[in-house]
Amino acid sequence: MSFWEYLVDRHRQLLTDAFQHASVVFQCMVVATVLGVLIGVLTYGHEWAGTLATTTTSTFLTIPSLALIGLLIPLVGLGVPPTVIALTLYGLLPVVRNAIVGLRGVDPALVDAARGIGMSRPMRLARVELPLAWPPILTGIRVSTQMLMGIAAVAAYASGPGLGNEIFRGIASLGSANALNQVLSGTLGIIVLALLFDAVYVLIGRLTISGGIRA
Amino acid sequence: MPEPRGAGGAGIGAGKGSGSGSGSHGATIELDNLTKRYPGSPGPSVDGVSMAIRAGETVVLVGPSGCGKSTTLKMINRLIEPTGGRIRIGGEDVTGIDPVRLRRRIGYAIQSSGLFPHMTVAQNIALVPRTAGWPKGRIARRVEEMLHLVGLDPGEFHDRYPRQLSGGQQQRVGVARALAADPPVLLMDEPFGAVDPVTRDRLQDELLRLQGELHKTIVFVTHDFDEAIKLGDRIAVLRERSHIAQFDTPEAILTQPADDFVSGFVGAGAALKRLNLTRVRDVKLTDCPTVTVDTPLQEIFDKLRTSGPREILVLDRHRRPYKWLRRGDLLRAGGSPARAGALVRDTVPGDATLRDALEAVLTDSSGRAAVTGPGGEYAGVVDMTTLTNAVHRLLEADRLEALEHRHTPAQERAPQTRAAQEGDGGVSTG
Repeated sequence: MSFWEYLVDRHRQLLTDAFQHASVVFQCMVVATVLGVLIGVLTYGHEWAGTLATTTTSTFLTIPSLALIGLLIPLVGLGVPPTVIALTLYGLLPVVRNAIVGLRGVDPALVDAARGIGMSRPMRLARVELPLAWPPILTGIRVSTQMLMGIAAVAAYASGPGLGNEIFRGIASLGSANALNQVLSGTLGIIVLALLFDAVYVLIGRLTISGGIRA
Repeated sequence: MPEPRGAGGAGIGAGKGSGSGSGSHGATIELDNLTKRYPGSPGPSVDGVSMAIRAGETVVLVGPSGCGKSTTLKMINRLIEPTGGRIRIGGEDVTGIDPVRLRRRIGYAIQSSGLFPHMTVAQNIALVPRTAGWPKGRIARRVEEMLHLVGLDPGEFHDRYPRQLSGGQQQRVGVARALAADPPVLLMDEPFGAVDPVTRDRLQDELLRLQGELHKTIVFVTHDFDEAIKLGDRIAVLRERSHIAQFDTPEAILTQPADDFVSGFVGAGAALKRLNLTRVRDVKLTDCPTVTVDTPLQEIFDKLRTSGPREILVLDRHRRPYKWLRRGDLLRAGGSPARAGALVRDTVPGDATLRDALEAVLTDSSGRAAVTGPGGEYAGVVDMTTLTNAVHRLLEADRLEALEHRHTPAQERAPQTRAAQEGDGGVSTG
């Protein structure tokens, strides 16, 4: 069976896997973004807290993804929970780091001006600091998403959802007729998804970054 | 969120203003022994400033870098919390109220405009009215009005981003934003410090025009004494730790600097500006040998011989300066006084200022000018030496007068007991 015939034959299964893959990455990214920005907002003002947040989140990245999922299985079982937890933790670092860098990079004179014209702290954050720090934060989200696309494939090891299942099936049946096709379809599927997500981020950037600070 | 109202007494409570042109006028500002002490530093950065600023008045705080003038300004809207003393605005003690509420009633303009780069001009100006909870339509009208007020065409600039504006235009928008919610008080922290001299001059003129219409109470910080002279109704010259060296009108500071610090700070500019305040007839002129057109030739020769290398002045029959005559001139002209010498082109009337005299001396090829009395008759000659001596004498007299002056009005103008301890002119500092 050629690769093309394989795709046509299995398109239903492949689309389901692709959708689940995209869905889990998207949902984990939303959680990682909210948590990451929150951590950034809470810690950027303090030298030690910011360092702690960056160090902690980067420590997660040094754990091999397979090992982390393996460690999570005894704690939360198989399937979706270990996948979501692992992806969210991995997704945090770039968002947290860029949020801290972005918020610290806001011109102190502008923060001073915002205080001077009577903006309260939440208002300063929402109207001045976060919008100005948004371009680096969005870059962090983009980097995170690319990373999670690959890591999500490993989640199939814990019976998680997504295109990783194709890859693992192929690896498990190496030498059989469709093994190569399975690995190839899973891998290419992930690449296509990653490109689609990136295109969406470019669009989001256009829509959400003010024309006054767009490069 | 609607701004809580009514707490503010006469001046500051009127901050809501009206959507149309007539806004709230200034409120008084009283600083009472205001002090800022940073933990870990040996002395206070601002040491007991007391100052009463009248409603609708422009007061300029001027002083060398690091003298605490900016800190003093930022304590008025409590961007820097004072560690001691009281602030009263429009009679209301604002030392303890919510600083965010306080700042919405005080306009604030800073160096390099402080505009938010991700917001359009209109959004920047609308910020304070929006936080004060104005309805949309009123905000939109107000934005248009403010752009007109600072001389920017709303159609052209409304939707531009700050980076699409020149430095001067950004500064105008900065002032528009500060005035948008019609605050009775405007604080300006070296607002024109980062623009080129020509633009700065224009912005200063604009501010004077605006203030002529609006009558806000403006506190303006600068290190540029000329800017202070131009803009201030009164100027507070500050020395280190924000001690007030002198708090008075520009004229008084120019003519009667309280001490060497002030005269040093006023600097060379004062001597030049001082020239504007003195008339030629009030200074000692140089005398020059004169003859008239009717003087016998022999006598002219004698005068020329005794005057040495100097010129003599030939007067006409009404004793008006007519010709400058040098020793060789007469011989070259074949002994005829009618053809010899150089005609007097410009004379300086006695009621001209010393500055006019300086102008005449500088442009004259021989560096001197004849001074005339009320009828155009000869009164004397000014040259560089005359002017230098005159200015020296004037400045010396000013200094003596200021020394005498310092003790009497200190009590009259500032009844605080600390005035006596500090011995400063005008206003006390603790």
